[in-house]
Amino acid sequence: MLKYASKRIIKLIPVLLAITLLVFTLMYLTPGDPALKKLTSGGGVVTDELLALERAEMGLDRPFFVRYFSWVFGIVQGDFGNSYVDSMPVLPKLLKALGYTLMLALASTFLSVVIAIPIGVYTALKKDTIFDNIVRIFTFTGNAMPNFLIALLLMFLFCIQIKAFPVIATASLKGMFLPTLALSIPMISRFARQTRADVLSQLGEEYVIGMHARGVKERTILFKNVLHNSLGSIITIVSLQIRILIGGSVVTETIFRWPGIGSMLMSSITGRDYPLVQGTVLILATLQILINLLTDMSYFVIDKRISLE
Amino acid sequence: MEMVKQNPAATKIKPMLTRSQRKHQRLKRKTILWAIIVSLILVFSFFATYFTPNDPYETNPLAMRQGPSAEYPFGTDNLGRCVYSRILEGARTSIFATIMLVIISFFVGTVIGVLCGYYGGVVDDIVMRFTDILLSVPQLVLAIAVAGILGGSLMNTLIAIGITSWTSYARLARSHAMRIRQLPFINACRLTGCSDFHIIITHVVPNLIGPMLVNATLEIGTTMLSIAGLSFLGLGVAPPTAEWGSMVSEARSYLQLAPWAVFAPALAILLTVMLFNYFGESVCDLANSQEA
Repeated sequence: MLKYASKRIIKLIPVLLAITLLVFTLMYLTPGDPALKKLTSGGGVVTDELLALERAEMGLDRPFFVRYFSWVFGIVQGDFGNSYVDSMPVLPKLLKALGYTLMLALASTFLSVVIAIPIGVYTALKKDTIFDNIVRIFTFTGNAMPNFLIALLLMFLFCIQIKAFPVIATASLKGMFLPTLALSIPMISRFARQTRADVLSQLGEEYVIGMHARGVKERTILFKNVLHNSLGSIITIVSLQIRILIGGSVVTETIFRWPGIGSMLMSSITGRDYPLVQGTVLILATLQILINLLTDMSYFVIDKRISLE
Repeated sequence: MEMVKQNPAATKIKPMLTRSQRKHQRLKRKTILWAIIVSLILVFSFFATYFTPNDPYETNPLAMRQGPSAEYPFGTDNLGRCVYSRILEGARTSIFATIMLVIISFFVGTVIGVLCGYYGGVVDDIVMRFTDILLSVPQLVLAIAVAGILGGSLMNTLIAIGITSWTSYARLARSHAMRIRQLPFINACRLTGCSDFHIIITHVVPNLIGPMLVNATLEIGTTMLSIAGLSFLGLGVAPPTAEWGSMVSEARSYLQLAPWAVFAPALAILLTVMLFNYFGESVCDLANSQEA
């Protein structure tokens, strides 16, 4: 297991390097001179001399590969560069924002799993009943909802109509409630649908009929066999969903002004703060890669037949 | 009339169908129904701009943020523009941008996937590693970075999402092409001296186009949501243009004063995505029942 993990992590290094190159090239190709922007934002007259000086100070006058490698070597040493806007190191900002984003992501994933799986199992058992049909309408709608609609709807109901929450989410448990709920609703819909489909297909398997015939209790079949066998595909959908969750957190964090990495990505893009953009994209990509790794390893824990190559 | 009465048995005779065949027929009818609805919506969205009750771009300082009324069915926005007219006007942009993106990524992805799967080799390795890298960055994050850098326009939004969207088609097409390449009849073709190009066009592509199309119809809804998400973040069309996502984005700041200006376009997106998802699912069900 450890051997497999370390092997996979070594294999990740070229992927991460490729991502850094991709991100860096994107920023390099961007029109607009950050040095000019920095100088004009401070006010005052910008002379050519001053601009050249500033460019040299920011390291913008060096060739592409020199800049790229100095950036990558910096990252290896834990230095993500300095923000163009306030000249502060990027890394502490990133880590702080990452903490907030992880809080939301974990809370909403946990909430979704806890709510959706029982619903999914129950609707599979009560297939085509009224309850199942009502749930199906809800999950279908939740699946098709743009995530800003959910966030704005929650904000309208809870902050404006009922006034139970402030419009700007404070970084507290109370402030977390609405963003978490906004991220959870589409996930709950997808998990519940997937769980229902998996459990239904498992219930149709011959081993279930065989166990029924042998007089094994319904509950035992359900919890010991059916759920266990559906777990693999449920984990797959959860990990796929986290990919969408990371993207969705940009929208949700922007709406609720949650100080996470998603809203940081937006503000750094509008502010043309490239070191920060590069840092956020890189951190989010790393997060995604690690989640993929964890997913693959969890298959092994659930099903011993799957061998780790 | 007489004829019919004389021969009542003839009308009753129906071909005996098995249960799965009946189910298949039912699914087929359902899919055709959805296909008709979807194509009606497409046609309507193209011509919707001629049915707007008010000018979608005309600002009216006397009718700012008015609630829904007979004159303005969905109210007015911050500049006194009719929200209903803007939704109709924006339908073409929102829906056609989605369909275009799906078609282009479908085409590009299928071509690349088929070539990679059929030929294999070094190029295949490189392309697949490249898709691995693209897939390891969260799609919306990459799209935001690209769209943010290129600047807000509809074309840039499509490019930003298109950069990653072709990969899923390419992977699917590749896996099918690899499977088909191994089949005996392909070998038979080779023995008779057919060229690779001929084999790909006449044998490989027709055998994988079905599942690829099913996948494409399932992707329409998701693509629409991605585009809406980007334009909501202000990375879509430039402001005066009517587009559903950017309408929500513009109206968000006065949600408290004019909720209709936010929720009407958002609901338009929701309903359209639901419709496409229903269509996609019925196509998928039909394809599955055909296999069984």
